[in-house]
Amino acid sequence: MIDIDVVTLSRLQFAATAMYHFLFVPLTLGLSFLMAIMESVYVMTGREIWRRMTLFWGTCFGINFAMGVATGVVMEFQFGMNWSYYSHYVGDIFGAPLAIEGLMAFFLEASFIGLFFFGWDRMSKVGHLCVTWLVAFGANFSALWILVANGWMQHPVGAVFNPDTMRMEITDFMSVVFNPVAQAKFVHTVSAGYVTGAMFVMSVSAWYLLRGRHTEFAKRSMAVAASFGLAAALSVVVLGDESGYVTTENQKMKVAAMEAMWHTEPAPAALNVIAFPNMEKQENSFAISVPYLLGIIGTRSLTTELPGIVNLVQSAETRVRDGIEAYKALQVVRANPGDTAAREVFSEKWPNLGYGLLVKQIRPDIQNATEAEITQAAKSTIPNVPVIFWSFRLMVGLGFYFIGFFAAAFWVASRHKLGEQRWTLWLALFSLPLPWVAIEAGWLLAEYGRQPWAIEGVLPTFYAASGLTFVDLIISLTIFLVIYSVLAVIEVILMVKTIKKGPPEHDPLQQAEAGSAVLPATAAAGPKL
Amino acid sequence: MGDIVPVDYETLRLIWWLLLGVLLIGFAIMDGFDLGIGALLPFVAKTDEERRVVINVVGPVWEGNQVWLILGGGAIFAAFPMLYAVSFSGLYLAMMVILIALILRPVGFKYRSKIGDPGWRSTWDIVLCIAGLVPALILGVAVGNVLLGLPFELDDTLRTFYRGNFFQLLTPYALLAGLVSLAMLVMHGAAVLMWKTDGVIAERARGFGRQAAIATLVLFAVAGAWTAYGIEGHVLTSAVNTTGPSNPLGKTVTLATGAWLNNYQTYPWMMAAPILGFAGALLALVGFVIRRPAFTFLASAVAIFGIISTAGVSLFPFLLPSSINPGTGLTLWDASSSKLTLWVMLLATCFFLPIVLAYTAFIYRVMRGKVTTVSMDKNPNAY
Repeated sequence: MIDIDVVTLSRLQFAATAMYHFLFVPLTLGLSFLMAIMESVYVMTGREIWRRMTLFWGTCFGINFAMGVATGVVMEFQFGMNWSYYSHYVGDIFGAPLAIEGLMAFFLEASFIGLFFFGWDRMSKVGHLCVTWLVAFGANFSALWILVANGWMQHPVGAVFNPDTMRMEITDFMSVVFNPVAQAKFVHTVSAGYVTGAMFVMSVSAWYLLRGRHTEFAKRSMAVAASFGLAAALSVVVLGDESGYVTTENQKMKVAAMEAMWHTEPAPAALNVIAFPNMEKQENSFAISVPYLLGIIGTRSLTTELPGIVNLVQSAETRVRDGIEAYKALQVVRANPGDTAAREVFSEKWPNLGYGLLVKQIRPDIQNATEAEITQAAKSTIPNVPVIFWSFRLMVGLGFYFIGFFAAAFWVASRHKLGEQRWTLWLALFSLPLPWVAIEAGWLLAEYGRQPWAIEGVLPTFYAASGLTFVDLIISLTIFLVIYSVLAVIEVILMVKTIKKGPPEHDPLQQAEAGSAVLPATAAAGPKL
Repeated sequence: MGDIVPVDYETLRLIWWLLLGVLLIGFAIMDGFDLGIGALLPFVAKTDEERRVVINVVGPVWEGNQVWLILGGGAIFAAFPMLYAVSFSGLYLAMMVILIALILRPVGFKYRSKIGDPGWRSTWDIVLCIAGLVPALILGVAVGNVLLGLPFELDDTLRTFYRGNFFQLLTPYALLAGLVSLAMLVMHGAAVLMWKTDGVIAERARGFGRQAAIATLVLFAVAGAWTAYGIEGHVLTSAVNTTGPSNPLGKTVTLATGAWLNNYQTYPWMMAAPILGFAGALLALVGFVIRRPAFTFLASAVAIFGIISTAGVSLFPFLLPSSINPGTGLTLWDASSSKLTLWVMLLATCFFLPIVLAYTAFIYRVMRGKVTTVSMDKNPNAY
């Protein structure tokens, strides 16, 4: 019934398009605020260099934003295209934040971005500044609603399964919005975006200083980015810790995998700094650990136990058994909607229905599952431990690097010594890709670490896919691969070209105003940046 | 928890059916002229400078306009999840074609002007033209196929199974619906170009607009006749529980030629939809002839409203009929979200949509006036 190859390819396609989309989003989040800050300084001081800064970083923003929009549409459509059972099963809850995102946030951002570029000579200074801030707020509200939706996938609150409609239905909208996982993820994710924006400005400015070009422009840009980046880097780590803490309460398996902790240890548990987890043997073939540390960070107490992977699989086994009971009751209710006894059994056991569905991967008639099959289903709740363990360490390591980097940059900037030591400029330049590495690692941790679930504990990923054919997936994957690769190359070429050309030496807006009065129109025409 | 909702389920479902129409019409009116202008680009503008003028007509607003589509997708997901699940997965490769266009269009607008090389620019001109033309056509083909019924069925767990392929979508009736959509959006794009440009571009746009308006009138009439005499409509024959749980299974549906026109006898006021479709296109034609840009734009928007509404009310209460197992076809009574979700979404829409419309109006006001070479040169951010 369910074609596992199609599921695998669907997962691959979703992961690839999501990770690709998320190359552009963080820069949008970060640069929009940096532009708004720079333009605010311009409006307050009236010094035109700040307008030139806003214009230049705005041009980079625009190149990036087009890709964000283009790849974002794909994300919204793919739920229905590739995950149609998911869309039916949880659309009652999951669709609402996506729609509200469009209404409240994306409309705001996308409508005003046009005015940001085209409204300079048509609006007052303050009017245009408001437009820039609205773009920045729109981008951030957008992230809020997307993470409300994503937070619900990690921690499905405020909903109940309705046997009459065969889907999850909302019971408490406010608890979906104020889902602690969603809130922690929102601040963590937007902070990561701010770090990315700040690093982008730092690196490009460092390159100008190394070349001895646009020094005034570059130093000012760096000073803004250093302070913004420091605040963002502190926030991303502190709030990342909060996000991790919330996860220990809701996704114990993900935390255990993240720490490669196979067995429950007496509290407070030790933290594995380095480990080589072995999925077959369910142990670490090598580990260096710090006593007590994990227990303290993970539970913020000395006495609370953190469960290990093997122990979690044991409790999953109980839940699978319960889930099979729920499934049997559901069959009875579906055949005879008036059977109140079966409805009662189901309403008691439905929270484990998702665990019962895990057996569907092994046999379609899950009510007849053998002991071995139940054990196998329970074991399938273990995500890929080595990948989760190492992507977590990569992300956290880089997070601390960013704090150090921006703290140093801030210190240098506050003593007006930016650009005096060339090696610091090289460091800034070569740090450019690191925020993206950290962000993609974080994404991998959050979403790959959620496996085998599409909705944690509710809906297994393999059960959520559409009934497409292998050929459908090959065609769509090839199309994405080709278009996305070509566009990635074009985007980088244009970005490099824009950066090489650099900010205008004189305010192009004032020039244009003066120029169009004097020059015949054709003389000023030509390629525009 | 549905008891906290002060409106009954039937009314909410009906409101959301109407809102779905409003959002799709909003998309066709706002993003539709972008698509039409894209399709017209190489024909109304010959030199690079002319083409830049055309692109800069859309330049300040394409981002916002595209959100109508995203919102439309999100609203279908939130209000009618089953419709979203069945149609998007069933029409997989058709959706891919639309997605390619939607990926290339924003990039084309933004990137074309960044490099001066004529080869680079003419390549993007072709891309922009195709990326306007193809979605305009395919979206209409999709509507045509909805009227024909899609080959899908549902099992007892409400999992959807689609038994067709991409090429089966390209039937003569569906292609006719695609041409209606294309003609309508080209007419609309031409109206905007006549309004926002002057000189040779406006004059060319006027010529294409006239032809597109005539094509819209003729094709819409042919499609109407074909629907009346050539294809089978679905009729719900079992009792309908308009406040029951959303479950598309267990109803009975019969098919009869011309049945999609039954609603116009039951509810004669629905005739307003096709009348507005014809009247709008006719007035747009007049507007093109007598050179009244704002009037033409409004008339063409009325035509879009009428034509899309005609498809919607003809189908009522169906959203997505099934051609292979008509009993599992989706109606607005059995494919909607829960009462609480519909209510929350209604509150959000009532609050935010007026705000969106207000700032959209503000932005168009700020950007009013014709796009000319002079106005482009004043702006270093122009495309």
